[in-house]
Amino acid sequence: MEDNTPDQTEEELDLSTLADEELVEQMHDDLYDGLKEEIEEGTNILLGRGWEAGKVLDQALVEGMRIVGIDFRDGILFVPEVLMSANAMKGGMAILRPLLAETGAQSIGKVVIGTVKGDIHDIGKNLVAMMLEGAGFEVINIGINNGVENYLEAIEEHKPDIIGMSALLTTTMPYMKVVIDTLIEQGMRKDFIVLVGGAPLNEEFAQAIGADAYCRDASVAVETAQQLVLERRGQAALA
Amino acid sequence: MTVTVVSSPTREVRIGFDEPFCIIGERINPTGRKMLAEEMRNGDYSRVESDTLAQVAAGAHMLDVNAGIPLADEPKILAECVQLIQSLTDVPLSIDSSIVAALESGLSVYQGKPLVNSVTGEEERLESVLPLVKKYGAAVVAISNDETGISEDPDIRFSIAKKIVERAEDHGITRADIIVDPLVMPIGAINTAGRQVMHIVKRLREELQVNTTCGASNVSFGLPNRHGLNAAFLAMTIGAGLTSAITNPLHPEMMQAALGADVMMGHDPHCRRWVQKYRDPQAVNGAARAGRRSGRRRAVR
Repeated sequence: MEDNTPDQTEEELDLSTLADEELVEQMHDDLYDGLKEEIEEGTNILLGRGWEAGKVLDQALVEGMRIVGIDFRDGILFVPEVLMSANAMKGGMAILRPLLAETGAQSIGKVVIGTVKGDIHDIGKNLVAMMLEGAGFEVINIGINNGVENYLEAIEEHKPDIIGMSALLTTTMPYMKVVIDTLIEQGMRKDFIVLVGGAPLNEEFAQAIGADAYCRDASVAVETAQQLVLERRGQAALA
Repeated sequence: MTVTVVSSPTREVRIGFDEPFCIIGERINPTGRKMLAEEMRNGDYSRVESDTLAQVAAGAHMLDVNAGIPLADEPKILAECVQLIQSLTDVPLSIDSSIVAALESGLSVYQGKPLVNSVTGEEERLESVLPLVKKYGAAVVAISNDETGISEDPDIRFSIAKKIVERAEDHGITRADIIVDPLVMPIGAINTAGRQVMHIVKRLREELQVNTTCGASNVSFGLPNRHGLNAAFLAMTIGAGLTSAITNPLHPEMMQAALGADVMMGHDPHCRRWVQKYRDPQAVNGAARAGRRSGRRRAVR
């Protein structure tokens, strides 16, 4: 039997009494446990001690979510737990985002995500959106049943790094190619990373339609998004 | 009393409020099964064959057949699978595709009265699938979403189901031939997902008098010990009035939940099927009346 009685010696932890390094570690734990208020408090304390917003983001939040991501991938954490972690992360991000915008720091990345035309399936795509937000991406979720014009509009307005498309039906997934072909026609395919996902898809299909990657599930989507954004920025820096 | 009857040439299955719960085996579906998809695409149906036999042996009352493989000739593959499976077993089939031409292809070779999986409340689907259901005299699964998506409000899902039922009647399809799928959401993401389904199932039964089905394993997406959770969900929704489910009969937890729920609902008189299934084989071997188990002797006519 597991002992589930609370540890009697445990006292209410005052985050402000912790040294920076301890506080950051505590925030990793709090992200893992999905504690939104504690993350907001920790974020404010670090900012109050003169930390740059970008440093708080990288060392406390992104690193904490990286650990969450690994344990999700490895089947140690489960969907409801990860959604709580992502929600806690969002709490911290809401504080940091205006500061990051002020300093002009480069964001982790921006994603326009939606289910394609003819397809009304929402849940998987929303999970991916929440996980991406949890990893610090700015996510513009354009919902279901999106014709190519909706993608173009969102691209125009938000200038994302990544376009994410979802489909749950064999009848609707070919529409992803319509969107990609339109991007090619308009000469802007290379401006974006295109990620696709959904139950009937596979690697071969993603390749055949000219997407950058197929993402099997939400954690793969996050890893792929992070990796491809880094690669692109690396190439841009070299160019 | 609503009873949906589906059949093969030699077997009839009845789905209804006072019938034993109907398990529709979900395994013959290449979605998310890379090897099966690759084999089916190349016309190798050995795994379809073994999945058929295993599910029937596990107690499936019907089998769902889906050939949704990206960039493959789905109508042809679906028809070939239907023919193969009907040569192997006499349980009725559910012909499952989102491509209307594939549904028609499967229906055209089917022997008996199948279930068509599925029609939604989307206008274009209603007007393409319902005429097929009528033409082939089939029953149909009606999924409670439309162009606006899957509502989190169960009463909106109910009203979409109602719209489909009414439209089907316009096409000459009776309520008894419609089985509504209220749509099961992952409870790990939506805390009310279980209650939503129970609420809709109850309304469907009381107000529309239609049978119901669902993909029971969706509920546990992203959670550990999925079979345990699926089984709890199944038993509870049967209590709320669910009359069939598309699920995996190879998981003993699911069969146990369904058979146990039948007992609790009074659909297994004298608990006969439960006892037959779970009687301790050890004890049977050592039973006092060993050797006299061939049944009651009857006078030769």
